Amino acid sequence: MCIAVPAEVIEIRDGNIGLVDFGDLQHEVRLDLVDVKVGEFVLVHVGFAIQRLSREEGLETREIFRQVYEAMGA
Amino acid sequence: MAVGKDIIKAIHEEIRSNLRIMHVCGTHEAAIAKHGIRSVLPKELKIVMGPGCPVCITPAGEIDCAMDLAAEGKIITTYGDLLRVPGSKGSLESADGDIRIVQGIHKAVEIAKNTDKEVVFISVGFETTVPTVAATILQNPPENFSILSCHRVVPPAMQWLLDQGEADLNGFILPGHVCAVMGYDEYEQFPVPQVVAGFEAEDLLLGLYMLIKQINNGEATVENAYPRAVTREGNTKAKALMYDVFTPCDIEWRGFPVIPGSGLELKREFEKYDALKRFNKTIPHIEKRSACICDQLLRGLAEPTDCPLFGTACTPRSPVGPCMVSHEGACKIWHQYHR
Repeated sequence: MCIAVPAEVIEIRDGNIGLVDFGDLQHEVRLDLVDVKVGEFVLVHVGFAIQRLSREEGLETREIFRQVYEAMGA
Repeated sequence: MAVGKDIIKAIHEEIRSNLRIMHVCGTHEAAIAKHGIRSVLPKELKIVMGPGCPVCITPAGEIDCAMDLAAEGKIITTYGDLLRVPGSKGSLESADGDIRIVQGIHKAVEIAKNTDKEVVFISVGFETTVPTVAATILQNPPENFSILSCHRVVPPAMQWLLDQGEADLNGFILPGHVCAVMGYDEYEQFPVPQVVAGFEAEDLLLGLYMLIKQINNGEATVENAYPRAVTREGNTKAKALMYDVFTPCDIEWRGFPVIPGSGLELKREFEKYDALKRFNKTIPHIEKRSACICDQLLRGLAEPTDCPLFGTACTPRSPVGPCMVSHEGACKIWHQYHR
């Protein structure tokens, strides 16, 4: 039930409707819950963008692992 | 660089004793099974599932109420996963009436706009889903639209599990998409190691590694292994909308007694959209009557293969319990991947 899929916002229509790109599929989603601009990424769940994905804090898993592992003093 | 292998190696190096870790998210169970994660973990590390599938924890009484509404001629709309969940007298799939699967609540409102009939949305879901309902209610759906609020929130159930102590847990993997919306500050009240994790194999492995490390260090904090989607405060706009529309209530979960403050009902100013009030219904308490052990499974006390019905009397084609129904139910997932 809590599946959410990342997508890029490629167009904003009528304020709260966005056209998003999932990679191989474009779809209209509701943007009521987020403040986003074209070109930003969102998580989409049951037809709504539920959160904006952060590029700044969106470290790759491997980078976080590297940091956590190094902090262990291994 | 094969980072997954590195994390698996680090997990094996870090594990020092038998640990039981619970996740509370059906999407996590699906990802763990799909990626075969249990098969690469050290035998000392046991991942148990908790009450993480909103469809599975919807009690039979709520299904019965939805079936009654269908029998009265209302158009019932809901997510596909809910259709085969058993009530006391069958499921929505077997019910008489006009029952329609929708992608989300906004599609149910579109149906209501194009009919004079009453349209009821059976509104299940944790905090990930609730704001989508709140945003829709705030847009003043038509008079013939209402919801049966079956929503539940995760932290009171975790509190209940910790109070019981029956599952003997060393730590929790927190649900990544619930936390994408809610953040994780409210989990800091729990004196137990916790890590928020995402849903790719590497996200989950990293979450497990960070959790084992935290346990070994004797700490009990909330760490975040999914920062590309989750911040401590979450989506403040979505949270505000949710509490504009809903207020906490006490509610029963399937497999659990009534858990205080774990449900969500529409606030008084939105009660014209509350199907229970609109149609003068109450949710009956239904006693379990089969050998199904879904209740123990949802509390982290058993695994699907412990159930005498698993794969014999209870299969995805003819499910006895809710965990064999949902794509995120542990029994259905294990039936698909573990046989």
